[in-house]
Amino acid sequence: MRQNRRKKKLIFFSVLAGLLLATALFAGYLCPYDPYAQDLSLAQQPPGPEHLLGTDRYGRDLLSRVLAGSTVSIYASLGLVAAVTAAGTAAGMACGWRGGWLDAVVMRAADLFLAFPSLVFALAVAGVLGGGLPNAVLALGAVGWPKFARLARGLTLAQKNSAYVMASRMSGSGGWKILIRHVLPNIAGPILVTSVLEIGTMMMELAGLSFLGLGVKPPAAEWGSMISDGRSLLQISPWMSLAPGAAIFLTVMIFNLLGDTLRDYLDPKERERNRQKKEETKR
Amino acid sequence: MMEEIVLEAAHLSKVFRSGKQDVEAVEDVSFQLRQGEALGIVGESGSGKSTVARMLARLTDSSGGCIRLFGKEITHARGKELRDVYRKLQLVFQTPGASFDPRRTLGAGIREGLRNQGLSRSAAALRAGELLKRCGLGKEYAGRYPHQVSGGECQRAAVARALGMEPRILICDEITSALDVTAQKKILELLLTLKQEEKLSFVFISHDLALVQAFCDRVLVLYQGKVMEEGTTEEVIGSPSSEYTRRLVASAL
Repeated sequence: MRQNRRKKKLIFFSVLAGLLLATALFAGYLCPYDPYAQDLSLAQQPPGPEHLLGTDRYGRDLLSRVLAGSTVSIYASLGLVAAVTAAGTAAGMACGWRGGWLDAVVMRAADLFLAFPSLVFALAVAGVLGGGLPNAVLALGAVGWPKFARLARGLTLAQKNSAYVMASRMSGSGGWKILIRHVLPNIAGPILVTSVLEIGTMMMELAGLSFLGLGVKPPAAEWGSMISDGRSLLQISPWMSLAPGAAIFLTVMIFNLLGDTLRDYLDPKERERNRQKKEETKR
Repeated sequence: MMEEIVLEAAHLSKVFRSGKQDVEAVEDVSFQLRQGEALGIVGESGSGKSTVARMLARLTDSSGGCIRLFGKEITHARGKELRDVYRKLQLVFQTPGASFDPRRTLGAGIREGLRNQGLSRSAAALRAGELLKRCGLGKEYAGRYPHQVSGGECQRAAVARALGMEPRILICDEITSALDVTAQKKILELLLTLKQEEKLSFVFISHDLALVQAFCDRVLVLYQGKVMEEGTTEEVIGSPSSEYTRRLVASAL
């Protein structure tokens, strides 16, 4: 019963997340106006039937810009999370499996990166390499992987001495084969949940960097830079910041709720309890 | 004529580091196992039986001493050398359910070793079916997950997986302790068949003296990591010489 409810919740949030991804992918076709076309005669129009979310200081339609901005905001965050998940998981699994000097060196490097607040590190990277989306992604990636490395290392260590891994070793399988065939599928659940939860965090941080002028450069539409653009006119035209702000809020909330639901759904204890209940009902 | 020595442990020891303290789990354990022989290792919980089993199977490094398999030292075997060791020696674990990947079927677990030996996908599937049949299970068990079968069935599948590597020595680490008496009997019958028909050698670790008496030719008694007594099953269980063995036998029988 509880599992059914969880399944329904998972489907609901997956559909919402899917809709967001589809919107971001086909944003170019969904925009009612050209997001970059300026018309100063329409500047700072409040939301209305012509422009559902109003217009900005250059008369650009905000709905079109929010839609166009979703492509950069969502896919840059997704790409970044995918990259840090893959890199962190690979590093963590290698450390957990091999141990020794590799574990010591990689984990100390992870500690070093974890010691930096991500935005401060990103500011430092921007200071050295300059602003722009690629450098913002690089900076957030550098401080994002250790979280996954630590998680994957701990989970791999727990699996490494389990009887089925030893049995696989005795069946003649080498380290790589065991890691990919047995360890990875058995540790993927918690990593996937953390990864989905991280999408929201990365989106906020990317938007934060753009807000500070270190991410996407104007006139490109991106939610963080759009909030920054409307900041000076917050008291006169609040919709200029509220529209992209609401888009960030909704997107982060959907991905966080999806992550939470996925965690509940994949909880092995809960699954085991449900399996036992099912078996009892069969008997 | 004396049978060939297939496995030999000489002055085997294992020290675990616990904080700043060293804990000697196994101390100067030596024995020989001959072809077709079943050597029982008995002792109370924490006496070092399973540590000895894992050292013999090279799943944990020994702190001292040496292990010889068919006369060849394997104490520090790694890589290809270790894979060759597993073609001759296999270990069956105490917890049958946990010894199979929970996300893969029993058949997949058995086929893994067969595929590693170079068998094609279809040949491995066919052989896995034969192995399951030999261990008293139907072919349909190949498609079941560990949680879908009983402990006894899972343990027989684990024996089938070990036999797939065509070993000459089987180390059984308390393989009946998690099973009910009916399942214990079936496993014991299977092991006896393998011993008599295939001339397999066994290191049979157990705290169940009745099982050891029914299956083993010789017995080694461990207490706090040290060998207390070694001899034929009749000698050790019938007329124990050490005080510890006497207490162990008295408490069990």
